[in-house]
Amino acid sequence: MGRALRLALAIAGKDLRAELRSRTAFLSAVVFAALVLVIVNFARDPTALPALALAPSALWITFAFGAVVALNRAFAVEREHAALDGLLLAPVPREALYLGKLLANLAFVGTVEAVALPLFVLFFDVPLGHALGGLLMVTALATVGFVAVGTIFSAMAVRTRFAELLLPVLLLPFMVPPIIGAAGLTSRLLDGRPWSEMHGMLRLLVLYDIVFVTLSTLLFPAVMDE
Amino acid sequence: MTPSFASARAAVRRGRIVTAAALAGMAVVYLLALRYTPVEAHQGLAQKIFYLHVPAAWTALLIFSLMGIVSVIFLWLHDERLDLFAEASAEVGLMFSAIMLTTGPIWAKPIWGTWWQWDPRLTLTLFLFFLYVGYLALRSSIHDPLERGRFSAVVAILGMLLVPFIHLSVYLFRTLHPKPVVLKPSAPSLPPEMLRTLLVAFGVCLALYLGLVMMRYGAGVAERLRDAGGEAGEVPDAA
Repeated sequence: MGRALRLALAIAGKDLRAELRSRTAFLSAVVFAALVLVIVNFARDPTALPALALAPSALWITFAFGAVVALNRAFAVEREHAALDGLLLAPVPREALYLGKLLANLAFVGTVEAVALPLFVLFFDVPLGHALGGLLMVTALATVGFVAVGTIFSAMAVRTRFAELLLPVLLLPFMVPPIIGAAGLTSRLLDGRPWSEMHGMLRLLVLYDIVFVTLSTLLFPAVMDE
Repeated sequence: MTPSFASARAAVRRGRIVTAAALAGMAVVYLLALRYTPVEAHQGLAQKIFYLHVPAAWTALLIFSLMGIVSVIFLWLHDERLDLFAEASAEVGLMFSAIMLTTGPIWAKPIWGTWWQWDPRLTLTLFLFFLYVGYLALRSSIHDPLERGRFSAVVAILGMLLVPFIHLSVYLFRTLHPKPVVLKPSAPSLPPEMLRTLLVAFGVCLALYLGLVMMRYGAGVAERLRDAGGEAGEVPDAA
């Protein structure tokens, strides 16, 4: 287990170093997230709907589409110069490869979210204050779930025609349970509702994470077999 | 039995017979629904769509679960017949989920007063439809049959587990659908005529599924043989 974790960290480190050196993908993803926030704001009738009423939707639309864009890139980089073949030839168990890719994607998506969150507070004038801790926890729980599924789908989609189109078609249905839970929790947190109203949705997020991280780890070798 | 063009043709032939029988059965279901079952007190004749809508929904859900289970076995045994069966099932399942999605709003308009409602079961069927479409889109964009089989099996298995999550999460919204009237711990709360007609309709839908899958499976086998034969320079026997 220790060795698998070390290998996973090495793979994640390799991905993140490559991202840090070019920065193009990361900057584009951040700007994309900011643009989604802007679009959601302007796709609203300001006389009918105050910005705050739409805030949870805006946040989760941004996180969902930002994650799709980020995940599209996850295996595209491995495809160039047949880097994936090199990884597959290395004595790395497929599960460790999956875990490494998952960690790198979580770091990437998490950073995009970390930049988008202050922009969201700014654009939608959200009184975050007391809700910040809860919101960070909810974001982490929801992100782990859909990035886990997104990582395995990204590995598949990159080897098909229309990869950029296929990934959202496959992944967005899987984003629905975490988004329903997270958006519901976000609006309750911003309203300062009691914890007793949030149990059900929190349980849903935790259960989703457990089921889909486990299942994706088990199924990943089937995607990588040659 | 090793797949051959003769066995593929036989499967298509048998499928045609079963499909024809199922379509005749569907006519019987219409007759039963219109002449045998009582008119529902509150909904009137609009309720008759129940005998198509509910069996189609059950069948679509059953097919998807079946695809998930078959895909688990496929990843284990790597028998391409299982993959062909899953592919055939997905196309028929897409048809049943389309039936359910079109009959649903037609029924909802007179009874709920709206074509669409984000009700848990209606939403679930919409996502079932999306999953079928995604599954088939993935299949059609991969050329290598082995890779296609493994990738689509992964999607089917993940999808099978997504279905309860969608149901659970949408349930945290609200529901307009009637409480279950058949599949529940106590005895079904339907008049016996309605229940019998419903079960006949479900049987007919299953037969229709079986017939269409046999035809599509036979066509799939022939397709594989043609592709394989093309590479080996072998000419298929005349149809």
